[in-house]
Amino acid sequence: MADHKKISAYSIVRNNTVSKNGALIFEYEKDAGANDFLLAAYRQFAINYPKFYKMDNLCKLGIIAAEVLLKDQTFESNDPYATGIVLSNANSSLDTDIKYYDTVANIASPALFVYTLPNIVIGEISIKFSFKGENAFFIFDSFNADFTTHYVNNLFDTTGIHRCICGWVDLPGNDYEAILFLIEKKETLNEQEAFTKENLNNIYYTSNGKS
Amino acid sequence: MSNAVFVAGAGIISAIGNNVAENLHALETGTPGMSKITLLDSAHKETLPVAEVKRTNEQLAAITGLPAHITRTALLSLVAAKEAINDANINIQGLRTGFISANSVGGMDKTENFYAQFLSDKNAGRLRNVINHECGRPAEIVADALGIKHFVTTISTACSSSANAIFLGARMIRQNMLDVVIAGGVDALTKFTLNGFNSLMILDNEFCKPFDENRKGLNLGEGAGYIVMVSEKVAATLKTKMYCTLSGWCNANDAYHQTASSPGGTGSLLAMKGALQKAGLSANDIDYINLHGTGTQNNDIAEGTAISTLFAPRYPKMSSTKSFTGHTLGASGGVEAVFSALSVKHGLIYPNLRFHTQMKELSFAPETKFLKEQSIKHVMSNSFGFGGNCSSLIFSGV
Amino acid sequence: MEKAKLMEDLKQQIIAQLNLKDLTPESIANEQPLFVEGLGLDSIDALELIVLLQQEYKIKLSNAEDGPKVFKSVSTMADYIIQHQTENA
Repeated sequence: MADHKKISAYSIVRNNTVSKNGALIFEYEKDAGANDFLLAAYRQFAINYPKFYKMDNLCKLGIIAAEVLLKDQTFESNDPYATGIVLSNANSSLDTDIKYYDTVANIASPALFVYTLPNIVIGEISIKFSFKGENAFFIFDSFNADFTTHYVNNLFDTTGIHRCICGWVDLPGNDYEAILFLIEKKETLNEQEAFTKENLNNIYYTSNGKS
Repeated sequence: MSNAVFVAGAGIISAIGNNVAENLHALETGTPGMSKITLLDSAHKETLPVAEVKRTNEQLAAITGLPAHITRTALLSLVAAKEAINDANINIQGLRTGFISANSVGGMDKTENFYAQFLSDKNAGRLRNVINHECGRPAEIVADALGIKHFVTTISTACSSSANAIFLGARMIRQNMLDVVIAGGVDALTKFTLNGFNSLMILDNEFCKPFDENRKGLNLGEGAGYIVMVSEKVAATLKTKMYCTLSGWCNANDAYHQTASSPGGTGSLLAMKGALQKAGLSANDIDYINLHGTGTQNNDIAEGTAISTLFAPRYPKMSSTKSFTGHTLGASGGVEAVFSALSVKHGLIYPNLRFHTQMKELSFAPETKFLKEQSIKHVMSNSFGFGGNCSSLIFSGV
Repeated sequence: MEKAKLMEDLKQQIIAQLNLKDLTPESIANEQPLFVEGLGLDSIDALELIVLLQQEYKIKLSNAEDGPKVFKSVSTMADYIIQHQTENA
């Protein structure tokens, strides 16, 4: 029944590693900072999108996570309004806020200022992949699987979306973390694939080494 | 079971008034809130007009009972949220109540002063001025003060933030997750935002002229606006007359640029169309549009083009109240929701100040007079944010 | 300052200011359009070039509408700088 929603895929970027659906696909030097890691991941995945270089680290993180999430996924329709995006984090755009504010003492940088809002991550993902569906950005202390499942289920029920990218993209300096889920209206083959808060938490906490 | 979401109360503080009555009076008398900067110690003091709330932090603290050293964002938020709850005259005991607030600056007003002191001397600055920096803190502070525990969250999507907060609240009522929601947003003026917008060269060094051919940019403002929404079940228990319902909403992404709108206003068009669809209305049903109307070259042509596409040849009356309050960023959706609900309740249409010349690309002009005793059944309120985040709300008469 | 040297400096500064990491100074031609086609820069990049003029050359471009003319290419930028530095001298 098309009432079911499935976790079709998930990508995780943290601790200088990138994984898709639980399998490690890229690992970088453990003590490298976020700047170096994000550039290395960009080159590793041959993303070939020059605008990447102008983005702040939060957006770079989001783009890499989205790129990995969506690679090799096939959709029946390319309808731009069919994809919703619901992201969240705890630190808003703090990393860039600080960098921007440092420039204010001399001459304020417009290129940094435009990134002093967390939802610009959604903007950049939308631009790159041409998504025009509903999008929202929430601030929580930590990843809130309960809220995410409720909110996204409601989007499926009340708007025209066929799929939703949801998750957590946070970058307090070098201690970054991104986990994106691709949710689609589909029959699930097994219980672990069902879009439930238990499954989201399971994926988030198990891969984190947190329990 | 009906799906209706009722607006039971409203609260606001802005550059044109410290409560609903003062705001309405200013709108009626055509009195804008812009002036030279007085509250910030900024290099732009003499050159950039802003729309400040005419209350110091000490005065706001005295009204709210919060400490005077706390972030201005929380102070403004509590003033407006309290007015909204009192206006709705609801006893929230035993009701599942949510507080959904939006902002873009968090506690930045305090942090930026701390940071300057701290940079020059690591022992200078008081830590209490940074503990409330985070975006989510003002909502938590205010929810605590109001005794709301059931559901509290913060949305941060730039200039559409509080519109998004409002329709999230409505959804949660329809989903029977909450009985009462106080939703809207707040933002305080900071040097961070002032310098940032200045670096984008979209500030007007005179009072802004939304939707005018010769517009030169926006004026930053500050303030807070909240509405109280209730389920039909709760509405039936209240003695006060409901303002209106929130009958439609929609959010879409323009997917064009981080801060500029696409020339055709794709995101805006999608949001307005979607809101009409949700409300089960057609463009002809709208009696008044409260425009996003910031006064920048880019927004006004994008929004104007989208309106032409959707409404031509019959245009409802429309105006930008940012010509009074300035652009209150994270608060704008909430502030303008209050004005929209009042428009439906009292049959009002607000003027668009300082409009002289119709934009050459458009075949319509905003309303320049304050009108009352109008027959207003449906009002549309637009809020379009950076990051391509576009939202539109529709308020309908009961 | 001599125009050829100025243009070489400008190319390096533009690459640094605009984070154009995949480019080298050699790959930017003197007369190449910077916006739309050519390097494909956008409105935020234009604002950063205004910051560049102020920071490196102490020239303030207060009218954003002059931007397209001034920033058409590295060559027009150099002409503008030479003209305004002479005026300031």
